[in-house]
Amino acid sequence: MKKILAAPFRLLAAMDWPARIGALIVLIYVIVAVFAPLLAPFGEAEVVGSQYDPWTSVHLLGTDNIGRDMLSRVIYGARNTIAIAIIATILAFLVGCSFGFTAAVIGGKVDVVISRVNDLFMAIPLLIFALMLLTVFGSSIAVLIIIIALLESTRVYRVARALAMNVVVADFVEQAKLRGEGLWWIATREILPNTIPPLTAEFGLRFCFVFLFISAMSFLGLGIQPPTADWGAMVRDNATLIGFGDITPLIPAGAIAVLTVAVNLVVDWFLHRASGLKEV
Amino acid sequence: MRRRDQGQPGSVLIDIKGLVVKAATEEGTTTILNGVDLTVHRGEVVGLIGESGAGKSTLGLACMGFTRGGVRFTAGSIHFDGVDITRLQEKELRENWGTRVAYVAQSAAAAFNPAWRLLLQTTETAVDQHIMTRFDARAKAVDLYRTMRLPAPERIGERFPHQVSGGQLQRAMVAMGMVCQPDLLIFDEPTTALDVTTQIEVLAAIREVVQRYNTAAVYVTHDLAVVAQMAHRIAVMRHGQVVEFADTRKLLSSPEHPYTRELLNVTNIPREPGGETGAEVVLTIKNVNAQYGAQKVLDDVSFNVRRGETVALVGESGSGKSTTARVITGLLAPTDGEVLFKALALPASYRNRTRDLLRQIQLVSQMPDTALNPRHTVRQVLSRPLKFYFGMTGAKCLDRVEELLRMIEMDPETFLDRRSSELSGGQKQRLCIARALAANPSVLICDEVTSALDRLVAKEILQLLLKLQQQLKVAMIFITHDLEVVRAIAHDVVVMKTGRVVEAGPIEKVFAPPHDPYTELLLSSVPQMDPDWLSELLGRRAAKAPDGDVAQRSNVYALLQRGTSPS
Repeated sequence: MKKILAAPFRLLAAMDWPARIGALIVLIYVIVAVFAPLLAPFGEAEVVGSQYDPWTSVHLLGTDNIGRDMLSRVIYGARNTIAIAIIATILAFLVGCSFGFTAAVIGGKVDVVISRVNDLFMAIPLLIFALMLLTVFGSSIAVLIIIIALLESTRVYRVARALAMNVVVADFVEQAKLRGEGLWWIATREILPNTIPPLTAEFGLRFCFVFLFISAMSFLGLGIQPPTADWGAMVRDNATLIGFGDITPLIPAGAIAVLTVAVNLVVDWFLHRASGLKEV
Repeated sequence: MRRRDQGQPGSVLIDIKGLVVKAATEEGTTTILNGVDLTVHRGEVVGLIGESGAGKSTLGLACMGFTRGGVRFTAGSIHFDGVDITRLQEKELRENWGTRVAYVAQSAAAAFNPAWRLLLQTTETAVDQHIMTRFDARAKAVDLYRTMRLPAPERIGERFPHQVSGGQLQRAMVAMGMVCQPDLLIFDEPTTALDVTTQIEVLAAIREVVQRYNTAAVYVTHDLAVVAQMAHRIAVMRHGQVVEFADTRKLLSSPEHPYTRELLNVTNIPREPGGETGAEVVLTIKNVNAQYGAQKVLDDVSFNVRRGETVALVGESGSGKSTTARVITGLLAPTDGEVLFKALALPASYRNRTRDLLRQIQLVSQMPDTALNPRHTVRQVLSRPLKFYFGMTGAKCLDRVEELLRMIEMDPETFLDRRSSELSGGQKQRLCIARALAANPSVLICDEVTSALDRLVAKEILQLLLKLQQQLKVAMIFITHDLEVVRAIAHDVVVMKTGRVVEAGPIEKVFAPPHDPYTELLLSSVPQMDPDWLSELLGRRAAKAPDGDVAQRSNVYALLQRGTSPS
């Protein structure tokens, strides 16, 4: 148990400075997301002022198009968007890696069938496909997560299959096959441990894409539905203010940008380490 | 320091004094070279020999003032033609690289850019450094190709690296190094990855070109017999130091350092004579044919393996040795013929074999680095087959793991929880053997298990295998291209060539004259610890050929070519 608790600190100690800064920012976001109700001065959907109030000591970032506190909504937005993005990314990885590893280990016709079906899905532009599915199934949060996860899993599949292909040709996988091991053992014990570093890096990148994707959907009005706070939707709702020289709508956009950059700083370091491991 | 006049022949070209080279690692610094002295005269070939980690490659590279990443010179001096190159900036050094010093790497396949034609790569340095015009450089390259006895020297430069054989590529790489007529050539294990028969071609070519242009050379290798053919003087290295440095003949006839004596003795493996004759036949390979796609790789291969005996499969790369192993293990289904285990026909694919049949035949593969999952610990590696085949768990399993570790002479205390990536090459191979033995097999297939290892380590592994075979009475199929190894451990020999069995029988019979011509070629190609061996061999082979002088040599080469380029 002690070892597990110490692991994050050892990881932090091993990081270079940009990665540490990135990790720190991510940590702040996570804290904000977890403790949102404690940190936010007002409720998520509470109308507390008039439309488009300027920045005051009560409403630090003013109010939005229907008089809700902007700061509170930014804080709640972290919670909603990040949570959905993480769940969708994890789901995408579970699906993508399962299929990718299976295709790589079994190979032959199974590989061809899975890969071509995957190509078929990848051929349709992501956004249009998602918009279509959301229109058909309605945009509840569960549907949103499943659709994004499935669409992103096609990308994950490609990466997972390519990584697994490199490992599958190794003699130790041949040895496992000759021992009579099944697919599950080979995928989880032989391949997974040897693909974890690049997959983790891919997870970080994929998370950013999912996150931006959700924001984009919300901006278009098909993502997270009001009154639930979401950064993408907040940019859209308050976009008119930009015409008056008010930067408030850029703050949720900035929150998205900073998180994306921070995650990428950590991912970069991870990628570097993953490729460095190969040299040793 | 640009090229100056050619110095006096026989004058000192490289003078290394008290060289210390250190590498930065995560735990601090490790010393790779610790106070090395070495001199190389003009026109002289100096051999550097030692096991991996002895620092021989580092010393070879140091002769050109180069260190690998994270490695630096901390003390001592390297005078190249009177200039201390440890003090030069990389920019100044760069002017010499390729022009006055050239480097020939172990794997030509990895050193050539696969996207460019050979001739362009051969002449690149000379043209880029404005040593000669493109036209002159090309003429020079063709001339070198001819000296190196490459087939069709005028046209071979138009080929891409993947269009020539391994031995040809290695020679092209030597030509690349020689184009600017450097003062010094550094060879880093240039023939280690090649078959014995191909090795001879390359050795002969290197020797000829070095003699013809009177180039000094540093020849790095772990094979004393090879370096004995090439070098005037040999430096024996161990743990970052030169333990003995003497004339080749003197070193071979009267070695002073105990380590040198050990190296000289490396091929003498004591063994008990013969196995049990008439022991039960465990494995029968019966008229097996196999194909990769449309290409036939095995043609009517048959032989028997008896309990407690070792059958050696011998031949060059491409002869079908490893393919035979793939058919036996079920990785490749034969197109015709069958494999019988204790008189029962084995299913062609491993997928259709029962767990117990899979357990009975175990494979130890050539590269211990890739045969072990780098993320698994020794405990995980060994306990898996025990759990999988025998359902062992807990203390019983641990006892067996420890017993296996003791069998392969590795201390359980030290190694049990090490990751396999933290082991040395020899230890990894031991672990692979232990993993195979954990299954308690009837047949153990060893595919070139020693060829990736240093001579001394390989000897230990062979001795271990011999010991274990006597204890466990396991039948072994030993695949190798090294006939010294065969002589040391095999009871029966199967000589293969291009997928066919050329000669088979008890070792006493196969290795005693009269030989099949191909067996003869293989046997005579094994380097001997005699500095005159290569010259005598080439002379003998030339004498056998019928016509005039040049034709004779090229006939010998034609003979070698035929035997060596199935790929």
